[in-house]
Amino acid sequence: MPMAAAELERLIRAAFPDARIEIEDLAGDGDHYRVVVESEAFRGRSRIQQHRMVYEALGPHMGDTLHALALVTRVPENAPTDEAGR
Amino acid sequence: MSEKDIFARIREQITSDDVVLYMKGTPVFPQCGFSAGVVQVLSALGVKFTAFNVLEDMELRQALKEFSNWPTFPQLYVKGELVGGFDIVREMYETGELQQLLREKGIAFSEAA
Repeated sequence: MPMAAAELERLIRAAFPDARIEIEDLAGDGDHYRVVVESEAFRGRSRIQQHRMVYEALGPHMGDTLHALALVTRVPENAPTDEAGR
Repeated sequence: MSEKDIFARIREQITSDDVVLYMKGTPVFPQCGFSAGVVQVLSALGVKFTAFNVLEDMELRQALKEFSNWPTFPQLYVKGELVGGFDIVREMYETGELQQLLREKGIAFSEAA
């Protein structure tokens, strides 16, 4: 069962309020998406942890309503950090 | 088979070879683009690996998701540790981190790749 891009974005936004989210419907079928999530929440986390965080936000949809999700997670590059100004 | 038994079986499988891939289909006939992608990366690197087809074993497929806390396939394991799915494997290959990991773990691959 496909999933609307808006719903996908809503679920990600709920877990990562600060995120910059890009969603691309690769096959135009609501079932194969490429998603880029850029959030401060990923800072200091390994890639595998970052992807797990997104999968957790999508909950049971992942691998079910969402068949294929190409996922890219990033930490914002120019965002202020604890070390800013040092 | 109880949950404990199947987790023991998974632990046995992921340590049965240095590089273990749980995928949809087989290396010769992958049945999912993401699984095919990981096979392609491993082949390009000339890494020897053992593959398990999760489409042939629904119980294993379900148990693996819980075992690894990872909801999708493929899942690539190196020395018994989950590296990730295709997106992570591809990114690590492109940045050279995958080659670095293999080197650190003492796993033979083609450096020219």
